[in-house]
Amino acid sequence: MAEKKLGTQTVKFKNPPSIIAGGTIVGPKEGEGPLRDYFDMILVDDTYGEKSWEKAESKMFQDAVNLALKKANLKISEIDYLLGGDLLNQIISANFAARQLNVPHFGLYGACSTMTEGLTLGAMLIDGGYADYIIAATSSHFSTAERQFRYPLEQGIQRPFTSQWTVTGAGATILASTGEGPYITHATTGKVVDLGMKDANNMGAAMAPAAADTIITHFKDTGFTIEDYDLIMTGDMGRVGRDILLELLYKEGYDIESKYKDCGIEIFDESQDVHSGGSGAACSAVVLNGWLLSQIQNGVYKKVLFMATGALLSPTSSQQGESIPGIAHAITISTTL
Amino acid sequence: MERDVKKEQEYKNIAQKYEPKPALLKNVVMAFVVGGLISDIGQFFLNFYLSRGYSMQDANTLVSITMVFLGAFLTGIGVYDDIGKFAGAGSIVPITGFANSIVSPAMEFKREGFVFGAAAKMFTIAGPVIVYGVSTSIIIGLIYYFLK
Repeated sequence: MAEKKLGTQTVKFKNPPSIIAGGTIVGPKEGEGPLRDYFDMILVDDTYGEKSWEKAESKMFQDAVNLALKKANLKISEIDYLLGGDLLNQIISANFAARQLNVPHFGLYGACSTMTEGLTLGAMLIDGGYADYIIAATSSHFSTAERQFRYPLEQGIQRPFTSQWTVTGAGATILASTGEGPYITHATTGKVVDLGMKDANNMGAAMAPAAADTIITHFKDTGFTIEDYDLIMTGDMGRVGRDILLELLYKEGYDIESKYKDCGIEIFDESQDVHSGGSGAACSAVVLNGWLLSQIQNGVYKKVLFMATGALLSPTSSQQGESIPGIAHAITISTTL
Repeated sequence: MERDVKKEQEYKNIAQKYEPKPALLKNVVMAFVVGGLISDIGQFFLNFYLSRGYSMQDANTLVSITMVFLGAFLTGIGVYDDIGKFAGAGSIVPITGFANSIVSPAMEFKREGFVFGAAAKMFTIAGPVIVYGVSTSIIIGLIYYFLK
């Protein structure tokens, strides 16, 4: 009998882990955005002094972990597990960073939902008594994602208005079995939902049904209402995805608009020519570990539903005419128990 | 999960409502202006080569070589993608766009080596154009041969 399970897809932690530190590193474009003051490190050069963008991304992943460790005043040898992933084939950014970090490592792939996938599993490992310290981390890089999923950078093409801009950056969160909070109290694990969207330039539309499904399930499973939360934040729906998500939820009787924000919309200014907004595994990771954690620590928000959202496509599946499945994992972050 | 076609159609209608429409008129005008300008530059070189005493056939070849060089050069210094952003088809259709489609992947994939990186990836976009361009001209050539 799973005593910590609530409803169909949610767990309530008995010993909720504390978020004790977050580390962030972002690229130059993100460093010009509205959230620039909340990041630990802003790169001047998006190759980070490396020979390839893939190497730069892996180095960012590693440094986000190191920044978080420094803030928590911990050594990597004190960490029980690293739960990390990114968008590249065979999750090379995370795996190659783990090669340097010398720590037990679970590699995850949840596309842009990886941040909350890692936090959910990390919280479960701690609550289950298998670990005292966990690091969950993800990265993405505009240039590595473009060359894997789309076109060469210097190709002279127009990006559609529905397209999103992959965030260059990496974010790492350290969870601890003991601490003063903020706590991860609940986690709702999403189902893969696919309503047949095929446009790889419109990820917001592909992910919105999964996002709506996880939010509705979370409210049903926990019995929480919208009023219980100060903020409901998604990972990278973008402007197009936000509008669709709000309508889908409204139709089901959930009007979350007044409490709602999206990392992909917050991280860039409209003048930065990113069209629908930011995306990528790092989008939710840097906004959570940079802006949101500082807002929670400053008492602006006391209880937050944070949900990273992923579009589970590959260039192969798109070329073979497959539709784009979406997934979304939600966690409750609360300053009180 | 079984696919629910009705639900998918309903969702498609909702999603379409929020899809921003491309600025069609602006795109068409920009494509016309920039495409026209690129053609003007080509014409300028054609006139120039003819004035230097080259035959029409030689001058045509020289114009192609010059325009391919310009497209490749502007790609190399990182300008062609900025032109393409507002020109759209205006800078894709002319021969300079063809040069851009070969040089841009070659630049990007040279890190994977000169053989399986730059050389192999060079034709990922241009390759299909060559394959179907050559195939079409052969078919048309055959039709012309038999109907003549």
